[in-house]
Amino acid sequence: MKIYVPRDSAAKALGADDVAAAIAAEAKRRGDAVEIVRNGSRGMIWLEPLVEVEKDGTRRAYGPVSPAEVPALLDGTLGTLGRVEDIPFFARQTRLTFARVGVTDPLSLADYEAHGGLVGLRRALGMTAADIVAEVTASGLRGRGGAGFPTGIKWETVRKAGGERKYIVCNADEGDSGTFADRMIMEGDPFTLIEGMVIAGLGTGATKGYVYIRSEYPDAIEVMEAAVRAARGAGILGAGVLGSGHAFDMEIRMGAGAYVCGEETSLLNSLEGKRGIVRAKPPLPALEGLFGKPTVVNNVLSLATVPVIFEKGAGHYAGFGLGRSKGTMPIQIAGNVKHGGLFETAFGLPLGELVNDIGGGTASGRPVKAVQVGGPLGAYMPVSKFDTPFGYEEFDGQGGLIGHAGVVVFDDTADMLKMARFAMEFCAVESCGKCTPCRIGAVRGVETIDRIRRGDADAKGILTDLCETMKDGSLCALGGFTPFPVMSALTHFPDDFAHHKEAAE
Amino acid sequence: MPRPNGEPSADRISAVIADHLHLEGPLLPMLHAMQEEFGHVPQAAVDPIAAALNIGKAEVHGVISFYHDFREAPAGRHVVKICRAEACQSVGGDTLAEATLAKLGLDWHGTTRNGAVTIEPVYCLGLCACAPAAMVDGKVVGRVDEAKMATILKEAGA
Repeated sequence: MKIYVPRDSAAKALGADDVAAAIAAEAKRRGDAVEIVRNGSRGMIWLEPLVEVEKDGTRRAYGPVSPAEVPALLDGTLGTLGRVEDIPFFARQTRLTFARVGVTDPLSLADYEAHGGLVGLRRALGMTAADIVAEVTASGLRGRGGAGFPTGIKWETVRKAGGERKYIVCNADEGDSGTFADRMIMEGDPFTLIEGMVIAGLGTGATKGYVYIRSEYPDAIEVMEAAVRAARGAGILGAGVLGSGHAFDMEIRMGAGAYVCGEETSLLNSLEGKRGIVRAKPPLPALEGLFGKPTVVNNVLSLATVPVIFEKGAGHYAGFGLGRSKGTMPIQIAGNVKHGGLFETAFGLPLGELVNDIGGGTASGRPVKAVQVGGPLGAYMPVSKFDTPFGYEEFDGQGGLIGHAGVVVFDDTADMLKMARFAMEFCAVESCGKCTPCRIGAVRGVETIDRIRRGDADAKGILTDLCETMKDGSLCALGGFTPFPVMSALTHFPDDFAHHKEAAE
Repeated sequence: MPRPNGEPSADRISAVIADHLHLEGPLLPMLHAMQEEFGHVPQAAVDPIAAALNIGKAEVHGVISFYHDFREAPAGRHVVKICRAEACQSVGGDTLAEATLAKLGLDWHGTTRNGAVTIEPVYCLGLCACAPAAMVDGKVVGRVDEAKMATILKEAGA
């Protein structure tokens, strides 16, 4: 009997380690031969720890399982959820990037290959660098970190750049609240990220890769480090990738708790051992990046999606999506929501359907008030905008952004003035300090919102003006996008910013 | 969470530096290793690091002070990080944090008088679908309520 107990951080945070230990102890007591596989999470976090028992080739899911329920689980008397694939939340998804997550043992290369792993890399090894980049361009893949820049164009710039040393840098500094897809894929299918980085190396002529993972993700760091060692041992990384003449190796590096290092140029400075200060662009990192060399900086999801593009073909991937948002997006449904988790689907699903149908509305059972999409720099979308389809341009048109596709739900108890103040406070804490609109503007923003709270109606105009300055004058998205949550809160939820004295009268 | 292993000696500091000199961009890995070894980045490490990397002392200090992770003094025996980010706030994370700080009579980054627990803010642990979230000495905890927090603090000896 094979039993799958996720090793994903979210599952662990809900007791998966205790459940795994209880299964091992109970099986030993009974003398049962049980193989415990610590897989990734299937993404239905409200069901974690979600345990799957494989018998006669069928995996049956149980969850959430507590250690006390383990005897019943082994007896076969615990109520089952059936097959994971039949649970509506899962059945409605299109899993391309996350196809293997939760299915396989994350650190088993044999499992990886048995589920389509390395097919893409082997195909890429038979292609020229130009053809590899053309394939990525044809897939329509855009930067999944939030900016949505076409990945193929970035790669092409690096491919054409001169110089003997080039780098592939994976941005795994997933600091946005409401996002955890990078973490899940690194913990649940690390080889796909490695494979994607190797293909990026082949396409651009880079021979060295770095994954910059935030220190808040110790489990992801552990899995990625083990996976890199395994990939090196199997000849996927090294002087000759899979026996070819191409060299590529990589290292895992840990961040140090600075949110701004998710911005690509400050990430590069951090990797170089400097303060994570944003660099002015140009020069583009593609031309002068890490240590001044041509560098691809891509998000985890962008790179982790590359293998499936090469496995199934660019056309297959581009066949999903909406308009210029091609393919699928692993959307993270979080916050005050009944069914939170990872939902990978083609672009185009309306926001309201994500929140109400798939997410099941709020966990508290109260009405939804606002949904913050795209992390701490994303707009608060009111319910009146729930028909907005999930896509880069579609959200942009509604004064928002999809960012890294985190969707955080708030019920009607949320105080939007407080949330706006928090956005400014966060910007003030995390500002790298290089540009004035962000460094000083965020501090003034907190003060101005406090004035509004005290009943100073004039302060609203000042806040609006300040947000304009931050938006136009900041060097990067931290100062430049903090106005999104602030202004969306002020615009869509004016009651929360009403003259408090008036409200009292 | 790394525990202080006694007073940093020059030899141990040099050994940590030597372990990382082969890396490209060695400073962050070096500082992490210092903190792992000593529980903080000792002031005594600044000069030798600057000399080994051929950079100014001010630059080393600038890097140490830029990043939230690096401490200039050891933390309590246990570090409890409470997430302050939006997803956790949506399910009462801010109330939980305030109550915890009030109960211990601490402000953020404060350490209980008996040296058992340091409370720190963290901005997202990637546990946004099982919030409020916390991390106790590197171990993640989800759906933290006041009862769960009380257990955590009791186990940590706060």
